[in-house]
Amino acid sequence: MSEGLVILLVIFVLAMFVGFEVITKVSPTLHTPLMSGSNAISGITIIGSMVVAGMGATTLATIFGVIAVAFAMINVVGGYVVTDRMLQMFKRKPEAER
Amino acid sequence: MAGFIELAYLVAASLFIVGLKRLATPATARGGNFLSALGMLVAIVATLFDRQILGFQWIVVGVVIGSALGLWMARAVKMTAMPQMVGILNGFGGGASQLVAAAVWHQFVQSGSLLTLETAVSIYAATLIGGVTFSGSIVAAGKLQEIISGRPVLFRFQHLLNLILFLSIGGMGMYLVISPGHSGVFIAMNVIALILGVLVVIPIGGADMPVVICLLNSYSGLAAATTGFVISNHGLIISGALVGASGIILTQTMCLAMNRSFANVLFGGFGAQVAATVGDDGRGLAARGVRETSAEDAAVMLGYARSVVVAPGYGLAVAQAQHQVRDLADLLEKRGVTVKYAIHPVAGRMPGHMNVLLAEANVPYPQLFDMEQINPEFERTDVVLVVGANDVVNPAARNSPSSPIYGMPILDVDKAGHVIVLKRSMNPGFAGIENELFYNEKTFMLFGDARESLVKLVDEVKNL
Repeated sequence: MSEGLVILLVIFVLAMFVGFEVITKVSPTLHTPLMSGSNAISGITIIGSMVVAGMGATTLATIFGVIAVAFAMINVVGGYVVTDRMLQMFKRKPEAER
Repeated sequence: MAGFIELAYLVAASLFIVGLKRLATPATARGGNFLSALGMLVAIVATLFDRQILGFQWIVVGVVIGSALGLWMARAVKMTAMPQMVGILNGFGGGASQLVAAAVWHQFVQSGSLLTLETAVSIYAATLIGGVTFSGSIVAAGKLQEIISGRPVLFRFQHLLNLILFLSIGGMGMYLVISPGHSGVFIAMNVIALILGVLVVIPIGGADMPVVICLLNSYSGLAAATTGFVISNHGLIISGALVGASGIILTQTMCLAMNRSFANVLFGGFGAQVAATVGDDGRGLAARGVRETSAEDAAVMLGYARSVVVAPGYGLAVAQAQHQVRDLADLLEKRGVTVKYAIHPVAGRMPGHMNVLLAEANVPYPQLFDMEQINPEFERTDVVLVVGANDVVNPAARNSPSSPIYGMPILDVDKAGHVIVLKRSMNPGFAGIENELFYNEKTFMLFGDARESLVKLVDEVKNL
């Protein structure tokens, strides 16, 4: 196993722990927006999709890349917008302080 | 330049973490979501500077189409359909990971350059996780939308078949490490990953779909992380791990709230088991009869109470009666009645779903109470109004060890002075279990469509 892969694994495992720490603190009231919001983050595959769509390696790879960009973008835009729609409803209350 | 891009990914990942942290409370949540979106924008813009990218025209095409579709879906979706929406979005994320893996593989094979063992394994892992997430999410969303029957589809040797398919993907992966150019095998691997996604979701009943959605959410994160391994990208790995962790925690929350082990949900076929266990208990109860009430009498009970707790279930959402509940609560509050809402963790179709539905009806969130907060208060509550909830208020979960839901945490509504249950008919809930609460001497049943009943209650309370 190369040193590069080990570094990647270290990053992955530590990020998992950060995720556990941050997310256990989220109030159950907001679990649905949390899910759609974190879901939007998983659209980060957009980065990989953009690279394969843009490098023009093979026609097939480009086609896959374009579809991947579209898919990931649906995930990103849909996820953030729908989360905002939900959170807006929570925020509109006059009694915003608990 | 590469260093600059890496730094931008670090900024993006930090924004994701801070954003998730701010999602913890309603007051800061919207800002948190905005920070997270900003992080995504930073990551996308930074990627445009990647020197591997030669042309932007195809990226623009994909971005425009995807953004338009995503925006349209997010605007059009009803709040009751949120679980399906999250499922579909998950699916697209997984699909993107699978496609990136395929594109990278194709490019390696065409260029004839050597595929390292690590890259190969990452590609096959992304194919497997991405494919399962894609097709599994679509089936789960179909079940929730009731396009596909919600009943668990079970057949003999199902788990064995899944295991064989899973192992065969592993085998094909190993074969492809030795001779990566074999495109037939690679295509077969992709197809099997998609089939596997369908097969792992169909045995799970519609009632358990929320758990599946949580789990697939976690997978979509892991798929992004494995894509990060494919292209050695730290930003992808960090973000994917964050999402993976959130999905795992929510899956756990759901399982705890239903008192089911994770394995039981995945391999159970819950609906199928329970039908057999509804025994004499139920028939004995039915013989005792229930006490029916009219909207008029129920309005008197509510209107002259000091404290009322509303216990909503998915039936409320199905009847689209959130707004009517709010109207009733407003009237009661004007009369000096304290109104609170008791939210069971699995009320609705995903964790926290009921909170969203009530927020949509402008119910102030400080009135929404989690199960742990509200349970000690039922003893001091005059009237509980149960709207479209069944299993989550069934005392059998506390009292009767033979019940399939025994041990599941419930709302202790039977401890209140009186209970009014709005229910369409005496049919048991989807778990098919009789509810002894309905036969309790403190309980009054108000039969009919939840929405119509609430409208009647509102009118009657006005006339008091």
